[in-house]
Amino acid sequence: MSIKVRYFASLKERVGRSEERVTIAEPITAKALWRQCVPELSPPEQILVAINLDYADWDSLVKEGDEVAFFPPVTGG
Amino acid sequence: MLIKISAESFDPWSEVRDYQDESGQMAGKFGATSLFVGTMRDFNEGDDVAGMILEHYPGMTERALEKIVREAVERWPVIDTLVVHRVGEIGPGEPIVLVAVWTSHRGDAFDASRYIMEALKSKAPFWKKEVLKGRGERWVAHNTDGYLKTE
Repeated sequence: MSIKVRYFASLKERVGRSEERVTIAEPITAKALWRQCVPELSPPEQILVAINLDYADWDSLVKEGDEVAFFPPVTGG
Repeated sequence: MLIKISAESFDPWSEVRDYQDESGQMAGKFGATSLFVGTMRDFNEGDDVAGMILEHYPGMTERALEKIVREAVERWPVIDTLVVHRVGEIGPGEPIVLVAVWTSHRGDAFDASRYIMEALKSKAPFWKKEVLKGRGERWVAHNTDGYLKTE
């Protein structure tokens, strides 16, 4: 199963990439996906998760074809 | 209901006038218009700020803003709304965000406008990076609370 993972803002700079494609064997939680993609960092508490352009939880399931984004608290406006 | 993400500088006053004129059917229908304009400052947390880079998540930004406006329309009797938000490189004095709300009565215009603005600040995926005068760049870590008095 192929997943698109995206990183934004300060997190993008910290992990050193803006997006990547990862392969998973079966649906996994966003937290497990993070551990697979960014093993060097435990999931920072303030980091937000979105799946397919909607906010999600660390426990939400990620499946084939999903786009998952990790990003810091938003600061627009 | 219009939502615009703009990579170019925009004039909030003409945006509002043009939108109001365009939807000419609004004339005579509304009694109140509230406008909120957020503008870039040249200072933050004691430092001189030369510019700002606004990053966003294309696709999710529009979706989040549509949801926020929809929530406001469900909660207050809103006739129309216009939201414009800048992205990219911004200089001091340039507008960052415009929220305009048209209603029959002023209370709903104020309340819906504030709701949209506060929800935008906490939910819409935008991130500000400040370019400091002679001291590099830094990400803005969090927003100030719109409901608290600031010094």
